[in-house]
Amino acid sequence: MSWNDKRLETWVGTMLRTGVLLAAAVVLAGGVMYVVRSGGERADYTHFTAEPAPYATLHGAATGIATLEPRSIIMFGLLLLIATPVLRVALCVMGFALERDRLYVGVSSLVLAILLYSVFFHR
Amino acid sequence: MNELWFVIIIFTCSLAGGLLGALGGLGGGVVIVPVLTIFFHVDIHYAIGASLVSVIATSSGAAAAYVREGFSNIRVGMFLEVATTTGALLGAWLTTVAPTQVIAVIFGAVLLYSAYGALKTQHEVITEHPDPLAMKLKLKGTFPAGDGEEKSYVAQRVPAGFGIMWLAGLLSGLLGLGAGAVKVIAMDQAMKLPFKVSTTTSNFMIGVTAAASAGLYLRAGYLAPGLVMPVMLGVLTGSLIGSRLLVRAHVGTLKVVFALLVIAMGVEMIVKGVTGI
Repeated sequence: MSWNDKRLETWVGTMLRTGVLLAAAVVLAGGVMYVVRSGGERADYTHFTAEPAPYATLHGAATGIATLEPRSIIMFGLLLLIATPVLRVALCVMGFALERDRLYVGVSSLVLAILLYSVFFHR
Repeated sequence: MNELWFVIIIFTCSLAGGLLGALGGLGGGVVIVPVLTIFFHVDIHYAIGASLVSVIATSSGAAAAYVREGFSNIRVGMFLEVATTTGALLGAWLTTVAPTQVIAVIFGAVLLYSAYGALKTQHEVITEHPDPLAMKLKLKGTFPAGDGEEKSYVAQRVPAGFGIMWLAGLLSGLLGLGAGAVKVIAMDQAMKLPFKVSTTTSNFMIGVTAAASAGLYLRAGYLAPGLVMPVMLGVLTGSLIGSRLLVRAHVGTLKVVFALLVIAMGVEMIVKGVTGI
């Protein structure tokens, strides 16, 4: 089978499903640990505290994983989930390059740049 | 209510939301935010954070099935994602400055519009007219017409579609939704794309659009792990079950019931926003 849109889409679809199932498994594992270790006291979500908790940053989630902190594991699963569509766009850049479609290599690179900007810099 | 019960109840509500969302054709996020804010008094920032993550999960989870059907158009999706992602960057930034009440009112209005969009009968007008801009951008394709033949189509009114998509991206970033109803106006109504092409391509786009807001949500601290966990797992499970049932179930009545539920929540969100939360 030659490289074409249909094949690219099938690849992308499979990649997305794998990514989401992997992310869900990590979130579930973290969630079970979280509930077990919570000691019954419930977190309060009625008031938003603008100060991000240490586990809500890329660095924090990474260091938390090492210590098996449940919320960091959940966060790591969420990072995998957010990375899935970004990876999908990167895959499209490659796919369009293989199809020698310069216009769409440009369009998908632009979308990828916007996403990377968002993940790393936007505030 | 201790942590375990809270997690179980939120998971169950999210599962029901994801299931109804898939059957009612509106997606899971539409009910999650109102349920969390109205019934559990969760701050809207945490609620839209949990919803946005669920939107990424359901969009990515359903993608493989949609690809098999052969309707989605990867070029149309990618081109319009330039509009939705830039809109989403602005929308996500607005959540950090807009008052909570304003977000609640806009959310309510979008719910009302989404319910209207889901109930309205769709008129499909497919055209092969070679719109010059669409031809240049390769915004065309073919889809299986049912009788074993492939029917071809060409997008029309590209700038209008692009503009409406930008707005859909903005709403997605501001409200933590997929904004599927607005994406559908851009694709079937402005660009005259076939209905099935619009809905399946829109599903693909929703995950990418949401990822553009997720970075800011993450850094702004909207993603509370203990809340996002049951919501994301619940909505994902519910929507996967829902899309399986969708093949067999007769959804006409259910769609009306779901739309009425969404209308009730939309009104409640507006009232809450206007009277202060």
